[in-house]
Amino acid sequence: MKLPKAVHKELYYKMLLTREFEQTAAKLFIQGKVHGTAHFCIGEEATGVGVCSALEKEDLITQTHRGHNQGIGKNMDINRMMAEFLGKETGYCKGKGGCMHIADFSVGSLGANGVVAGGMPIATGAALAQKYRKSEHITVCFFGDGAANEGAFHESLNLASVWKLPVLFVCTNNQYGMSTSIKKSMNIEDISIRATSYGIKGIALDGNDVVNIYQETKKAKEHVKEHGPMLMVLNTYRWMGHSKSDAQLYRTKEEVEQWKEQCPIKRHRAYLLENGIFTEKELDAVQQEAADAVRAAVEFAENSPEPKIENIFDDVYAD
Amino acid sequence: MRDITYAQAINEAMSEEMRKDDSIIFLGEDIGVYGGAFGVSRGMIEEFGEERVRDTPISELAITGAAAGAAMNGLRPIVEIMFSDFMTLAMEQLVNQAAKNRFQFGGQGSVPMVLRAPGGSGTGAAEQHSQSLEAWVAHVPGLKVVIPSTPYDAKGLLKSAIRDNNPVVFLEQKLLYRVKGPVPEIEDDYSIPLGVADVKREGKDLTIITYGRMVPRCLTVAERFAEAKEADIEVIDIRTLVPLDKKALIDSAKKTGRVLVVHEACQTGGFGGEIVSTIVESDAFFYLDAPVKRLGGLDVPIPYNPQLEAQVVPTEEKITAALRELL
Ligand SMILES: Cc1ncc(C[n+]2csc(CCOP(=O)(O)OP(=O)(O)O)c2C)c(N)n1
Ligand SMILES: [Mg+2]
Repeated sequence: MKLPKAVHKELYYKMLLTREFEQTAAKLFIQGKVHGTAHFCIGEEATGVGVCSALEKEDLITQTHRGHNQGIGKNMDINRMMAEFLGKETGYCKGKGGCMHIADFSVGSLGANGVVAGGMPIATGAALAQKYRKSEHITVCFFGDGAANEGAFHESLNLASVWKLPVLFVCTNNQYGMSTSIKKSMNIEDISIRATSYGIKGIALDGNDVVNIYQETKKAKEHVKEHGPMLMVLNTYRWMGHSKSDAQLYRTKEEVEQWKEQCPIKRHRAYLLENGIFTEKELDAVQQEAADAVRAAVEFAENSPEPKIENIFDDVYAD
Repeated sequence: MRDITYAQAINEAMSEEMRKDDSIIFLGEDIGVYGGAFGVSRGMIEEFGEERVRDTPISELAITGAAAGAAMNGLRPIVEIMFSDFMTLAMEQLVNQAAKNRFQFGGQGSVPMVLRAPGGSGTGAAEQHSQSLEAWVAHVPGLKVVIPSTPYDAKGLLKSAIRDNNPVVFLEQKLLYRVKGPVPEIEDDYSIPLGVADVKREGKDLTIITYGRMVPRCLTVAERFAEAKEADIEVIDIRTLVPLDKKALIDSAKKTGRVLVVHEACQTGGFGGEIVSTIVESDAFFYLDAPVKRLGGLDVPIPYNPQLEAQVVPTEEKITAALRELL
């Protein structure tokens, strides 16, 4: 299946936008403009972008704490993302959630989660509602390799499989949960084999190949609609530390450098050039567009008001 | 009015709401043909089918979270947790997810779900099946907490809980399931708003503030005091811990000047402390003729031996003694 040019552009742009967003966010940290923490997905852009770009707006996602690529993939507004990152009133959560809790129900994101595997039962329930309402849409549940060892993983996959719910479980295997290598946290190399225990289909993909991820997600969506849940593992790598503070004593520089050669953006760019889909000049322009958008987002966020303490009780309860 | 059991009242509240609103689904372990561990849902799967009355795997975390996710996506799920003790397994999804959702996402969505669970001792089920954990959930902003003491209240409050747009923890009382009481006819669609206390007995000499299965026990003692012309005791059933009807408590304290707070849950960190504070922090303080007193369960796990089990929660004797101390 050859992808239309517009899809290639979308994938390339969203990956660049994610990287630009995070690199800028990291700079804002260094400048002391952000408090709290953030989890960057640089090196993993193809996962969230590839999967979410293959979805429709009405398809739902639950995101992880490392989910800027997922949100951008699902067409979230980076102005409001950046504003939330800076804790501003105009942010997605009115400055109350921060970047671990970004959500945009209007584009189908049921939110990022600060609890490892916290979104897994929620995604299962969202898919239950879809099935109950005979919706044509599915829910995609993102989680990490570390999350695959939580009880919520087992309970959710089992429940979704016995009820044949339309949920695609996407494991972003970046090889580590904080400092702990999957070699130490599980006795298997291929996480997708866990699908067998639930009687569902499991596949493992190169998590840095955005085109393939996009195509496989399209197929997975059809599978999920027809047969119920599926487990898709995207093997990739996190380039930066786990969060703001991480001396990275648990891995070697060589290992990081080796993975950097597999940069998903570089690989996509090479593919686009080799296949004559875009010229260097056109791709540079896309890159410029992403940089401009992020610059505008920072400006929007910095010029936005701080939330007011008078509104602190808003939204504790619904009416 | 007709007399039905507390369990039947809960069944009717769910069934009547489910007939009217197809967005209500019901999830739980063995709630289908088995009818639930306490028989509360008997007949429901026959009426509503497997799509709406869903037997689940034994996965408290996942079913609670799935209810939250379905609630975020347009349904109004009811979850039955077989024993309220097993809320401990569901706590992550209840406390970190369902309760926080609306606030942390800036008011984008809501989580209209009810988590029903039976609590309390007295069945010989011992340490892990007898606790009263309401203070745990009352401590979490974003959750509402209800504990009914009569069939009438159970039905009316559960209807409001199901219609509420927030996660509501509805704690039932095992020992009350078989107790009968007057409830309006089926056609009479009444409900009781959350956050309104009920004066179960009017009196002028002392106020007992209580909830759940301690309500009938306190009423028995109050009647005895009246018969003996010893004192005229008011008994207030708070019915919902969150939101709490503070005004009703303060007004009654002002009226009688003496207050005893009774609950089955362990006294330390129990909700009684919150009730006492509500009174002594208010202007009712200036009306008090005696210190406000608490009578909670002993700070021990619920033991198995029936004599021991009966002694670790407020008994009629202990309530009587506490009242005499205050009068
Ligand atoms: C229940 C829970 N335990 C621990 C943490 C702390 N924590 C945050 S992220 C993380 C690692 C998660 O690993 P993984 O699921 O692989 O995601 P990754 O960070 O690698 O993207 C940990 C331990 C948490 N947030 N929630
Ligand atoms: Mg990981």
